[in-house]
Amino acid sequence: MSASILFDTPGPKARRNILAINVVGALIAAGLLAWIIFGLANKDQMQPSQWDDFIEGSTWANYLLPGLLNTLKAAVLGIVGSVIFGLIFGVGRLSQNKLINGFSTVVVEFFRAVPVLLMIVFFNVFFSRSLQLPGDTALWAVVAALVFYNGSVVAELVRSGVHNLPKGQREAGIAIGLTRGQSLRFIEIPQALVAMLPALIGQFIVILKDSALGYIISFNELLFFARTYSSPNGNVLQALIVAAAIFILINFTLGKIAEIVSRRLGSREKKDKTGGQAPQAAVVGAPSVLPVEPTPNAEDEPNPRS
Amino acid sequence: MDNYLSIFTEYDVPGAFWVNIQLTFWAALGALLLGTVLALLRISPVASFRAIGASYVNLIRNTPLTIIILFGVLALYGQLGFNLGGDFQGNFFRLAVMGLALYHAAFVCEAIRSGVNTVPLGQAEAARAIGLSFLPAAREVILPQAFRGAIVPLGNTLIALIKNSTVAAVGSVATEASSTMKTMIEFRADIVIPIFLTFAVGFVIIVIPVGLLTTWLSKKLAVAR
Repeated sequence: MSASILFDTPGPKARRNILAINVVGALIAAGLLAWIIFGLANKDQMQPSQWDDFIEGSTWANYLLPGLLNTLKAAVLGIVGSVIFGLIFGVGRLSQNKLINGFSTVVVEFFRAVPVLLMIVFFNVFFSRSLQLPGDTALWAVVAALVFYNGSVVAELVRSGVHNLPKGQREAGIAIGLTRGQSLRFIEIPQALVAMLPALIGQFIVILKDSALGYIISFNELLFFARTYSSPNGNVLQALIVAAAIFILINFTLGKIAEIVSRRLGSREKKDKTGGQAPQAAVVGAPSVLPVEPTPNAEDEPNPRS
Repeated sequence: MDNYLSIFTEYDVPGAFWVNIQLTFWAALGALLLGTVLALLRISPVASFRAIGASYVNLIRNTPLTIIILFGVLALYGQLGFNLGGDFQGNFFRLAVMGLALYHAAFVCEAIRSGVNTVPLGQAEAARAIGLSFLPAAREVILPQAFRGAIVPLGNTLIALIKNSTVAAVGSVATEASSTMKTMIEFRADIVIPIFLTFAVGFVIIVIPVGLLTTWLSKKLAVAR
């Protein structure tokens, strides 16, 4: 995509050069990999005894799977909560009532600017000491922090999604006699939700990654279990790599799903507009949705705090 | 009120934020350098270079920052004895900077790549037409425009980096804001909410001007087309 604009289709000589550089590049990559593996082996980190823990059923049954389950629990609760929070405050920011609008704006801007870790640490102490809530306060602290931060990001997605709709949609709604609120509920928000789906899935990745911050308040998620398991065995490095691999696997899958959804939506729009014959539109439309992958700060949004 | 104000004499709150700003500054520098190199790799005509860049971005971007920072302290330092110099605290600080830079480089790379996407095809064609090859064309024509088109995503990455600098707490940097806040609310359970709001507002004060500056810069530096 971006690669092709920078150079012409290579001729025979350039192709030879590229092939040569290609081989050099592959050698560099292989060299880096070998350097890491042999470096680890030199420090006695590649012994089977340090790695075979992670192919044993008991390690998974007693440590990794319970940890992963808690991670997923926090993430799913965080996702559901964020979407609800985002819908409420996204609609709040679209409201014409100055009070509701102002309140929603302050809430959204505030929670977007506060680090998630700060909230996790605060909620943990606040829930267990000040409110003395029963049950797993660490889980609720993580979920609350995830919901407040990511919910605010989702609220911005909802708002920008509605703003990016063609103006005719709202005008049509009002023309058939709907109120402003009805047109928002029945016409604009449903379309905005579909359009923001790829960015929303991207935000799920952020939620899943941020759930690992629960480690610092000893929330017993995947990372915490990986650490507690490996500390006495002296293979923390290996355990962290395994934990990272699990996260990468899940997030990579989510990212691919987001890409597919984005492509589907792109091709649907293309058909809507020109009856299926617009190769350029698809290319221009797609990058705005995903290749700018979601950072912890929702980059998809053209104008973050205007 | 006096009760609340006493926390400022008991604890060094501005000092804690200063640690986060330092972490952010060095990590941003590292991430910008590495991210630009990665972006160049990802847009190069050489397939293996593209694969190296893409694998780095896909691996790092999908790993929780917590694991990366923890890896620096527990695996690199604790298990392998990797030392970046300085005293005990200095070493942890540098390891945290390294982790933050490695993590955010992936996002800087994607930001720059999205900036490259804003450069019209004609610019690249014109660069080739006057005889520039890949690297000179990238250096003289494409990247200057790409950076200007990438200011908003780069600014968002910087904001994320400022906030993520608190994750250095996982890497035993005990003087930064979130660790300081943790100590404070554990000892002053009577004023948990005011302490949290103090730190939260501190971050709002740092982050919002960066956002405004980004928006202003992106308008001012936008390439007129």
